[in-house]
Amino acid sequence: MDLNKPKTIVDKIWKKHLVHQEEGKPDLLYIDLHLVHEVTSPQAFEGLRLNDRKVRRPDLTYATMDHNVPTKNRDVIKDQIAQTQMETLRKNCEENGIKLADMHHPDQGIVHVIGPQLGLTQPGKTIVCGDSHTSTHGAFGALAFGIGTSEVEHVLATQSIWQERPKTMNVQVEGDLGPGVTAKDLILAIIAKFGVRFGTGYVLEYTGAAVRKLSMEGRMTVCNMSIEAGARAGLISPDETTVDFLRGKEYVPDGKAFDEVAEEWLELATDDGALYDETVTINAAEIEPQVSWGTNPGMCVPVSGATPNLNNVEHREDVERALDYMGLKENQPITSIEIDHVFIGSCTNSRLSDLQKAASIVKGKQVKTGVRAIVVPGSFSIKLQAEKEGLDTVFKQAGFEWREAGCSMCLAMNDDIVPPGGRCASTSNRNFEGRQGNGSRTHLVSPEMAAAAAIEGHFVDVRNYSELVS
Amino acid sequence: MEAIQEHKGLVFPLNRTNIDTDQIIPKQFLKRIERTGFGQFLFYHWRFDDDGQKRTDFELNQSKYNGASVLLAGENFGCGSSREHAPWALLDYGFQVVIAPSFADIFYNNALKNGIIPIIMDETQLNQWMKQAENSEFILDIDLEKQRIIAESGTEVSFDIPAYHKEKLLNGWDEIALTLQHEDKITAYEK
Repeated sequence: MDLNKPKTIVDKIWKKHLVHQEEGKPDLLYIDLHLVHEVTSPQAFEGLRLNDRKVRRPDLTYATMDHNVPTKNRDVIKDQIAQTQMETLRKNCEENGIKLADMHHPDQGIVHVIGPQLGLTQPGKTIVCGDSHTSTHGAFGALAFGIGTSEVEHVLATQSIWQERPKTMNVQVEGDLGPGVTAKDLILAIIAKFGVRFGTGYVLEYTGAAVRKLSMEGRMTVCNMSIEAGARAGLISPDETTVDFLRGKEYVPDGKAFDEVAEEWLELATDDGALYDETVTINAAEIEPQVSWGTNPGMCVPVSGATPNLNNVEHREDVERALDYMGLKENQPITSIEIDHVFIGSCTNSRLSDLQKAASIVKGKQVKTGVRAIVVPGSFSIKLQAEKEGLDTVFKQAGFEWREAGCSMCLAMNDDIVPPGGRCASTSNRNFEGRQGNGSRTHLVSPEMAAAAAIEGHFVDVRNYSELVS
Repeated sequence: MEAIQEHKGLVFPLNRTNIDTDQIIPKQFLKRIERTGFGQFLFYHWRFDDDGQKRTDFELNQSKYNGASVLLAGENFGCGSSREHAPWALLDYGFQVVIAPSFADIFYNNALKNGIIPIIMDETQLNQWMKQAENSEFILDIDLEKQRIIAESGTEVSFDIPAYHKEKLLNGWDEIALTLQHEDKITAYEK
């Protein structure tokens, strides 16, 4: 590699982590951080035991419980199989000396929320987890991607992974997001514009003025949904915003050591003039609040829009199937769609600023009769902080349920389920058939849009919501 | 993982795009701690209604597809969650080969690790096979070694698969054991 040639952040991280390289084969990359949760790890630990192998680097492995945990009453787990899965993780961590933030631990939370919160997630790291939303950590300029259980076992045993060098794509977001338009709307608009497969085989790097102006929370929301575009990973070059967020976190160094490492982080940013395999652009100023209408995250339109006209679509059968599943007609205005559930949470949108923004919308108002609305903070620590700020009171007075941290209704593995035929305004990341419960219908939106929908009982444009109600 | 050189089997056409892993195996079945026994839950909500009765409108429930082991599907097969339970369910049900115009990255990898052959095929060819499999009993013979698919009519189509994936499938190698041959390099990296 030419030393003077401008490089992308992916080039730099890749080079630094190469363990072995061979013509015609994927590269063997070292993994700096392996995050583990209860659902995709038991078979991996069992595989190690069967082959008499050990966890190579328990010190680079960190586990939590998030997918299955009850969010209402921690002491009552009705589901025995879920209980066994959590018990199994506890035993596996104990046997192998892996740190575990279990259900009652103060650091517990959604794995992609606590990594950054603890400062385990850092620029330049290679991070894997048996969960597709691992791309979230890319917000810090880490190369982070989801893996299957066989790969979890492989990383436990070898602290490395075989990876084909991905292509890189520059997703350039020019202009500014308008008031009331969020990071969630940005990523939904990107997926709606370019499709659910445009990222396949690529690592996406989000660049441009609008991305630079995003907070770390906003950047995590964007990178989180890279997988919904099919991408291997999504990331954002580190800058002062990244450094400021990490300063003082538990797992980053203090004082002078921090300043030194921060220098190194900033040098990871993609060099001016570095070449990408592909570039796409989108103008942030043109983006409206988004609402998904169908059964994949690309089936999404601006709130001022309507469901598709069947005469103007590709794959008509798939669109018809999606409309049918969702109980919607063609050309139906988005604001006419009535909802009966609201979920504010998930690794996409459960951070403190998400809760603050949603609370500011519902303050002093009441959830529409017939709507069940729940708020599930991303971690125990976020829950505490929110309570300190009185957000729990705001939500509860408005008629929301206030819960313990976990993945909850994003994938409905615990008791938090949308019933068959129920329709949910959800701040999560997937609107697949049955995702929030068998027969459930999911509309993906920002926390602000979800909060406003809870009050009105149907979708409204949050940009003029305050005028609307006054 | 079991080595696989060739597979000949009945084709089931599932002409839908973006089939996500939540459809392949819904989340309520991810709580087991074993790798086995997931076949009964494959495409669960497409195969069964709310009372657990077989849905007559889902093609896989038709008797003519009993014993199907080659799955044809639309683009972006296996998108969404990284759950390896998806290939476990396919394999346990009996599917040994999946042919689609494109696959989601994680699913593609997960399939390979379990001895399922994921084959990328152009849509025109695939649609032709879809129709044949919808209309009559249709069997394909997949020869991994020679990278070709042979229909009973005698027509042959070749396919691409990266050489290192092919080698691992053909030999059923344990990837961890292969990696540990480079353990000295991992140790050197750690210093």
